[in-house]
Amino acid sequence: MPKMTIDGIEIEVPAGITVLQACELAGKEIPRFCYHERLSVAGNCRMCLVEQEKAPKPIASCAMPVAEGMVIKTDSPIVQKARKGVMEFLLINHPLDCPICDQGGECDLQDQAMAFGKSFSRYQEEKRAVTDKDFGPLVKTEMTRCIQCTRCIRFATEVAGVEVLGAVSRGEHMEVTTYVEKGIASELSGNLIDLCPVGALTSKPYAFTARPWELTKTESIDVSDAVGVNVRIDSRGREVLRILPRINEDVNEEWLADKGRFWVDGLRRQRLDRPFIRENGKLRAASWAEAFDAIAARMKASEGRRMAAIAGDQVDAESLFALKELMTALGSPNIDCRQDGAQLDAGSRASYLFNSTIAGIDRADAILLVGSNPRWEAPVINARIRKRYLKGGLKVASVGAVGDLTYPVEILGAGPETLADLAKGNHSFAEALKNAKAPMIILGQGALARPDGAAILTLARKLAEAANVVRDGWNGFNVLHTAAARVAGLELGFVPQAGGRDVNGILEGAQKGEIDIVYLLAADEIDTNRLGSAFVIYQGHHGDRGAHRADVVLPGAAYTEKDGTYMNTEGRAQLGRLAIFPPGDAKADWSILRALSEVLGKKLGYDNLDQLRRKLYQAFPRFQRIGAIEPAAWGSFGGSGEATRDAFKPAVSNYYMTDPISRASATMAQCTERFVLPAAGGKTGTHG
Amino acid sequence: MSAAANTDVVQPDSFAFTPENLEKVKKIVAKYPEGRQGSAVMPLLDLAQRQHGWLPRAAMDEIARLLDMAPIRVYEVATFYTMYNLQPVGKYLIQVCRTTPCWLRGSDNLTDYLKQRLGVGMKEVTKDGLFSIMEVECLGACCNAPMVQINDDFYEDLTPETLGKVLDELAAGRKPQTGPQNGRRASMAEGGPTTLKDIPISYDISRDLTGGK
Repeated sequence: MPKMTIDGIEIEVPAGITVLQACELAGKEIPRFCYHERLSVAGNCRMCLVEQEKAPKPIASCAMPVAEGMVIKTDSPIVQKARKGVMEFLLINHPLDCPICDQGGECDLQDQAMAFGKSFSRYQEEKRAVTDKDFGPLVKTEMTRCIQCTRCIRFATEVAGVEVLGAVSRGEHMEVTTYVEKGIASELSGNLIDLCPVGALTSKPYAFTARPWELTKTESIDVSDAVGVNVRIDSRGREVLRILPRINEDVNEEWLADKGRFWVDGLRRQRLDRPFIRENGKLRAASWAEAFDAIAARMKASEGRRMAAIAGDQVDAESLFALKELMTALGSPNIDCRQDGAQLDAGSRASYLFNSTIAGIDRADAILLVGSNPRWEAPVINARIRKRYLKGGLKVASVGAVGDLTYPVEILGAGPETLADLAKGNHSFAEALKNAKAPMIILGQGALARPDGAAILTLARKLAEAANVVRDGWNGFNVLHTAAARVAGLELGFVPQAGGRDVNGILEGAQKGEIDIVYLLAADEIDTNRLGSAFVIYQGHHGDRGAHRADVVLPGAAYTEKDGTYMNTEGRAQLGRLAIFPPGDAKADWSILRALSEVLGKKLGYDNLDQLRRKLYQAFPRFQRIGAIEPAAWGSFGGSGEATRDAFKPAVSNYYMTDPISRASATMAQCTERFVLPAAGGKTGTHG
Repeated sequence: MSAAANTDVVQPDSFAFTPENLEKVKKIVAKYPEGRQGSAVMPLLDLAQRQHGWLPRAAMDEIARLLDMAPIRVYEVATFYTMYNLQPVGKYLIQVCRTTPCWLRGSDNLTDYLKQRLGVGMKEVTKDGLFSIMEVECLGACCNAPMVQINDDFYEDLTPETLGKVLDELAAGRKPQTGPQNGRRASMAEGGPTTLKDIPISYDISRDLTGGK
């Protein structure tokens, strides 16, 4: 622990950090452009110059390691002069277009020019102009504004793992470009916008929309995948304008994947803003009372065992809880939150959680992916695996084909038989798992969402036990979910009750006429053709597959329009908050269920969200421990039966379109066209 | 101005090293330790340029493939150095030095003469594909200013007339004498030595002056 003096403050700092980090520890702010804590050190902007005693000239603090006895001054006349000089050079070629620049108001260059620059310019020569580049449908470029900090190049190369950005030419002619103008095919490209300290890279869909000081900022949780990325929702009036990541070291560090960031326009399109009732085959607008009466009439004519409920992938825990209570009150055991048919075992927490935690990836030294493509199912987790890979000493293998995951993956086989081989120890990688210090198995929905999923879950458990993946202080058995609501649903027991039907059973029953009424709580990822002649109630926020088939549509709220609790794939409860109000007559989902319950004569025992939460916390206390995760006890789980020899199929066939919000988004459609269709030869799972 | 990919250039679809050059590639790559093949990028770019005359993008992509590196990393190197030609050049690329000593000794006259005689501007190729001209910074032959470099050879102490003769020879398919074009040897004083004439007899300076002839 070297001791050093910073501006007269004596401080002991950890060895191996840089002078800039030491200054921050001492509470001194150092201006910087190129330095970023999560990227490699470039040292090319020179903004972080500080004075070091006995050094002949100012030093770049971002690139200088600390040493015993260093005396640093961060605010001496020399430093101030150096900063003014650097600032003047940076501004030589930077256009004075702040009034028309989207970065204005949240621009590092603008702020630091105000704080450290001169109030006038001595430069009278011609400024440099640079042609704009095509970075794809998400990132807008205005390359004349680039100050060549190279953060974007380092991010693309190091974090995103797509080596397409570079600095071509040199000196004054240096330009950041892909050179071949093919766009940046990464699911993390939106983070380039956050990283760019100037207005060179800005958000294309958000261009010229708002100024940062007009926006209301709401801290919430992303529901585009099961990672539970912490986000900030920026809204103005009744519109969400953009979504940015917040820092949470345990979950997303400071990244947010493109779907959760750019599906904003999907929140405005195809919205259900009033109740609808199907009459003579057509949906007509109705009042809440009419809709509830129609439901009540049908429910009275039926009985609990002939009703069913399926919950969607982005539903908050409160609504799941309310719907479960309502279905229980109606006497229906047929409820399920696994609309993809994943054979998850709600009885054992360890069987459905990402047990080693996302931060645990940093410790892992051997990872086996089973039927999972983390790059598309959870891009932020994939970036974490890549970060671990870059540190060295990580072996990754996969059962099931995966594309380019941005790190080398050894493909062991295609399907369950390879998993069985591994479990029996007939495979060299089983040895690698056994000998690893922190081995991980990541079980994806591609392996579980199939008829023999339960048998595969058992195989995975056997492998985990045989390879000693679960040991003292380390549980390397992980399930990677794709649905934000899934873990909460399993935790709540939103699965078939005694004698109840699961999703397949419900659909089969509906086809055969054994199920009269199906309640879809924002469930769109089922085959609605299989609903037969059942009376379908769709409660949700988008006019997607579910609403298309529904007999009664109840307009609910999207995740930006309600307070709700979400449990991520680790089992971490996190709070989503209301940023704007739902459109039209739409209401928060729990309150719709509460109102309906009264009409049905099965009144649920809460009148506001606090009361509901109190009940929820009583029954399932883990939802109360916001931000915390609780290790799950290992036990026996999984189902019997034989696994077939069918190869694992990917759970996500098109990253950009997986749910009602992203399917309604024009931006996501552009991404599909640009990045997915060419690779898939023109067709994806969403076609047809 | 934009230094990025010049979209006007017609790029060939593919590029492959000739079998002889592929042998050379192997030798060059073998000079570097395993996992550090990327270090061979510059000699390989040079080899590709010598084979093709200039460096098309297909060649850079091929080199990226051979060295297992991202294509953009090769583009970065190729665009950084001015001696890689990213657009077609003539069979004879004439690089006129324009840095101060050459400029003072009349490099502008050479440039004007070339433009006029060849009928092309900077970085353009003559219709017959033989010549292209380019102005470059100091080539390190200031004592023989003004000078040009044509492909790998220096032609020094030039006047438009002597440069014209050099071009005549090249156009005729012959290889003109390289070095000073005004008859002096290397960078010795024009018109013979002006000092140190009273050299002891034991040392016959005329041998040096005549190159031992």
